Amino acid sequence: MTTAPAQGLTWRLLGRRPADIPVAADGIHPPDALDGATGRGVRVCVVDSGVERDHPSVGRVDGSWVVVKDDEGIRVEETDTGDTCGHGTACAGIVRRVAPDCELYSVRVLGERFSGTGDVLLEGLRWAVRQRFDVINLSLSTTRTRFAEELRVVADEAYFNRTVVVASAHNTPVESFPWRFASVISVGSHEEEDPELHLYNPRPPVEFFAPGQNVEVAWLGGRTIRSTGNSYATPYITGLCARFLSLGPRMTPFQVKSALYASAANVR
Amino acid sequence: MSLGTQPASTSDDPMAHELLQSVVDVARAIFGAQASSVFLLDEEAGELVFRAVSGRGEEFLVGRRFPAGRGIAGWVAVSGEPIVVDDLADNPSFDRSLAQSTDYVPDALMAVPLVHGERVLGVLEVLDPAEQARSSLPELDLLSLFARQAATALRFTMARAGGADGGGPEPVAPHRRATALRLVRRLEHLLAEETPDR
Repeated sequence: MTTAPAQGLTWRLLGRRPADIPVAADGIHPPDALDGATGRGVRVCVVDSGVERDHPSVGRVDGSWVVVKDDEGIRVEETDTGDTCGHGTACAGIVRRVAPDCELYSVRVLGERFSGTGDVLLEGLRWAVRQRFDVINLSLSTTRTRFAEELRVVADEAYFNRTVVVASAHNTPVESFPWRFASVISVGSHEEEDPELHLYNPRPPVEFFAPGQNVEVAWLGGRTIRSTGNSYATPYITGLCARFLSLGPRMTPFQVKSALYASAANVR
Repeated sequence: MSLGTQPASTSDDPMAHELLQSVVDVARAIFGAQASSVFLLDEEAGELVFRAVSGRGEEFLVGRRFPAGRGIAGWVAVSGEPIVVDDLADNPSFDRSLAQSTDYVPDALMAVPLVHGERVLGVLEVLDPAEQARSSLPELDLLSLFARQAATALRFTMARAGGADGGGPEPVAPHRRATALRLVRRLEHLLAEETPDR
C-alpha cells in the first residue's frame, strides 16, 4: 500500500535555497583531487529501459542484458535490443558526462512486455549486484510493498560487497523502494541552475539533491531532449561516485557516501 | 475486477466517460496546453488505450491502442513515475509510430501515471503546455497531484461500473457504507497506534 510520508520529510528542495540548509561538517574532508578523476576503471551499471548503442552522448557500452519474464520464470539474457523508450539512454549519458572514462553496462528491466516495476526490477538489481559492479544506477523504484523486504536484502548485499547502489527517490511523495533504505545512496532533484551542484539533505530519507530540472539528456536516435525529474539527478551522483572510486578503488559504500557528503556545496 | 477489464468497463459507462473527459479538459486548461489525453492500461493485452482526448486529436483518437511497454507513456505506465520532456519537435525518433498514428507531434509533453494504491490505472498526458508551465519541478508536482485526484475518482467510478454490470460486488446501501467507512477509519487508527515509528 502506498503511504504518505511522515510530516516534515524533505523529498525535494523546493522553495528553499542552498543557504537555507547549512550543515556543520564533522571533520570529514573530501578528496582534493576530484578534478582529475574521470571514473577510469570503474564499472557502472544502469538498470533501466536499456541504453541505445553508439549514442554520441553515451559512447561505448561494454555489455547489455535484459530481464526476461515468461511462463518459464524470470531470467537475465544478453541483448542487443538497445533502449525501449529513451530513459535509460538519458541516464547513461549523464553518467558518461560526469565520469567520461568509466565502463558502462546496461540491464534492461522495462519494455519487454508490460510487467510493472516489481519482480523484474528486483531480479535485474539482484543480478547486477551479483556481477559485482562498482556502481549501480537505479532511477526507478517500486511502490509494491511486497517486494520491499527482498529489495532490502539485495541492497544490504550490495552494501557489504562494495557495490554502491544509487537510487532515485520517487518523483512524487509516495513511499517506494529501494531508495528508502539506508544502505543505498538516495537522490532527489533540486531546482538550482548550476549543473555541477550537489547538496546533502539534512532531513533524510532522501540524502542528496542534484540537478534534475530541465536537464539536457541523451534520447533515442542519437539526439538529445530536455527533461525533468529525479531520474536525472541520480546518474549525476552515480557519476560522482565513479569518480571517487577511480581515486580510491577500495572505498566502501559508506566512504563513498561520506565523500559525497563532505563535497556537498552546503556542508561546511 | 482485474486491471485488464478496466478499459472496457469505463468505455461502456457514461459517467466514466464524462469523468475522463473532464479530467483532460481541466488538465489542458490548467497548463494552457494544445491537447491532453488519458490512456487506460489494458494489462492483459499489454496495451494503453486512448480513453479521452481534449484538443487536437479529439475526433479520432479515442479507442486507439498501442504497446504499453514502449515510448514515454509506456515508461510512465511501467515505472509509475511522472516525466516532462521538451524539444521533441526536432527529434524524429520520438515515439514515431505513436506520433504518426495521432497526426500530431508535440514539442513538449508532460506525462504522469494515474495511480491507485500500488496500481497504475493509466497515464495522463498534457501536450504542448504553455511555455511558462514547462520543465519545472513545481509543474510536475501540480500535474501529479491532479492525476492522483483523477485516479481516485476514476477508481470509484470503475467500482460503480463493476457493480452495475454484475461484474463486481453488490452496491452498498448509504447507511451501511457510512458504517463501513467508520470501521475502516477506526481500523486505520488502531493500526497506526500499533505501528512503531520508523
